[in-house]
Amino acid sequence: MKSLLLGNEALAQGSIDAGLSGVYAYPGTPSTEITEYIQRSKLARELKIHATWSVNEKTAMESALGMSYTGLRALVVMKHVGLNVASDVFMNMSVSGINGGLVVVVADDPSMHSSQNEQDSRFYGKFAMIPILEPSNQQEAYDIMHYAFDLSEELKLPVLVRMVTRLSHSRAGIELRERRAQNVMQLPTDTSRFALLPMNARKQFDKLVNKKAILIKLSESSSLNDLKLSQHNDVGIIACGIAYNYVMENIGDDVSFYSILKISQYPLPKEKIKKLYKHCDKIIVVEEGYPLVEELLHDYFNKNDKIKGKLTGDIPLTGELNPNTVGKSLGIFQNISKSIPEIVSGRPPQLCEGCGHTDLFNTINELIPEIGNKNVFGDIGCYALGALPPLKTVNTLIDMGASITMAKGAADAGLENAIAVIGDSTFTHSGMTGLLDAVYENSPITVIISDNSAIAMTGAQESSAVGRLHKICLGIGVHPDHLKTMIPLNKNHEQNVELLRNELKYKGVSVIISERPCVRLSRDKKEEIKAKIASLS
Amino acid sequence: MKTNIILSGVGGQGILTIAAVLDTAALSENLFVKQSEVHGMSQRGGAVQCHVRISDKQIFSDLIPEGKADLILSVEPMELLRYTPFLNKYGWLVTDSHPFINTDNYPDKNDLFKQIKKHPYHIIINATEIAKKIGNSKVTNMVLLGAAASIIPLSEESLLDAIKKLFQHKSDKIISLNLKAFFEGKKIAKEITNLATNI
Repeated sequence: MKSLLLGNEALAQGSIDAGLSGVYAYPGTPSTEITEYIQRSKLARELKIHATWSVNEKTAMESALGMSYTGLRALVVMKHVGLNVASDVFMNMSVSGINGGLVVVVADDPSMHSSQNEQDSRFYGKFAMIPILEPSNQQEAYDIMHYAFDLSEELKLPVLVRMVTRLSHSRAGIELRERRAQNVMQLPTDTSRFALLPMNARKQFDKLVNKKAILIKLSESSSLNDLKLSQHNDVGIIACGIAYNYVMENIGDDVSFYSILKISQYPLPKEKIKKLYKHCDKIIVVEEGYPLVEELLHDYFNKNDKIKGKLTGDIPLTGELNPNTVGKSLGIFQNISKSIPEIVSGRPPQLCEGCGHTDLFNTINELIPEIGNKNVFGDIGCYALGALPPLKTVNTLIDMGASITMAKGAADAGLENAIAVIGDSTFTHSGMTGLLDAVYENSPITVIISDNSAIAMTGAQESSAVGRLHKICLGIGVHPDHLKTMIPLNKNHEQNVELLRNELKYKGVSVIISERPCVRLSRDKKEEIKAKIASLS
Repeated sequence: MKTNIILSGVGGQGILTIAAVLDTAALSENLFVKQSEVHGMSQRGGAVQCHVRISDKQIFSDLIPEGKADLILSVEPMELLRYTPFLNKYGWLVTDSHPFINTDNYPDKNDLFKQIKKHPYHIIINATEIAKKIGNSKVTNMVLLGAAASIIPLSEESLLDAIKKLFQHKSDKIISLNLKAFFEGKKIAKEITNLATNI
């Protein structure tokens, strides 16, 4: 019987079977299950595959590069916006190149199911001039990892594997292959390429630019980029990654009427595209994300009416694809779209019953009439739901760590009573440096670290902040008189309001750590955390 | 053979367990399966759905096209109606009658039932109540699976084996509770549908 795996799990198992020695990651929907699968895998434990969470995507990618430096195969995993955090090392390691195979898996979230934007990571791959692989289904997500690691070692370049929510979070039966042995440590013969001083970096950058021809050649011959020309020459379809499934779903048994180029490896195979273009009267580009391929086609052939896609309005520019929108673009009859009965009301996500964040927001809300209703800067995590009714406490939510620094900037501008609300894990991910900025100038802000001892939104993974927040804040230079603790419980409400009111009066940096474990943590887990805090204090 | 099933409910109501039973049963019959689910923010008390596709041929899209679902199985009546645009002409609606109210503007449940009854093929049962009578409201999902079993083109044997397999690491008591829930759902659905044909 086949193994039933999520796209993410198939990819994780594929990595293990491709000789992986370590995965580095910070949780983020829709990428989280890749690392979790490796953490739970008995085989991965036997093989001593490193699988502990990193503090953020940048530290994760740098650690993966360090493992690759020693000659071992390393995987680094993140959601699309995580790549923004890791972009510094990402852009530079394509210049230095890698040693042991290094694969960067980025899961994009078109339709923003759990994200702030729908940026398309293929642009990052193109920007860094490295190969991009884009599996179309779960079996391919499994199989592609063997190829990705081999390709990475062959080219001495990191390889980007782009996933999307729908593939990450959809299951199918997978056939597994034989496992390749892990690499043994072998340090690079010449380390100078990893020392990107200008004289080395220039050489390396030349090498990188010159590899482009090889990358294109590989894309031309890759079985992942499969061109099937039909006897009919009406419609040619370029279907990228998961878009291929929506195309095939629609054309079903009529496959012989269409010429199809399936793309799962970039840079684009220009010759194959030219062949298709010449052969067909009309070209439809179906891709999940931004119109990257479509734009390139307009470059290749001068913008013209023959090329259809997102830019021509044949496919929506925003949101994820689905079988209906793709079918419509192909001119295939779609059932007339029915609407949801009017009686059905929305059911947005909300904080869990008994969640400590709610009590914290009730405390802040008590002071809103005194301080104004636009002073609370929020951050990424469950507590972002505090921006929605009925709480409506939080005003901003931009990126990991922005609560503290935006509050500081607003305070610099003269805003009084600026409050930042940030979770424990988001604080260690990207809040600590911003806090140092505020401490350095003793900015008049009140930072509330809502500490639930977990990375809750993504499934209550262990937070590296556990038991360390006080010491970190003191170490950064927060004054001990203005480092406070509160327990966000209804019975402490009055006391907590008073505490916050007092700290808001202080015209310098205050940090209040609001401590209550996530309600989703099991009793055992809570005990474990208690023991850890005790051992660290 | 191709069957498209949408499972719906509110985050935390156990629709993924129903999906896991369907997947396991389908794979045991050597069929192809695709199952798309929701992870992340919506799981926090929001509307969640799961597309399960079972076929004897390769399945391409992870998502069911609109108007192509053969069955919508919901653990919550309003969440059932949210996905009716996916239902095909002869498709079935099976739902728990018990509403999960966590919003201010939740509609009158009788209006919801009226709306559901506009569809010719529907089964509305108080699965939560049945599950409680059996001994645990957590098996509501298995009551509903039982109620829908005759509509799903998988053998009862493989569904039951899948339930056993899925709960094998739990106690025998939990396994038998889930099986009992399945049979109870099946029985009550049969009574209702017989009644419906008599009318």
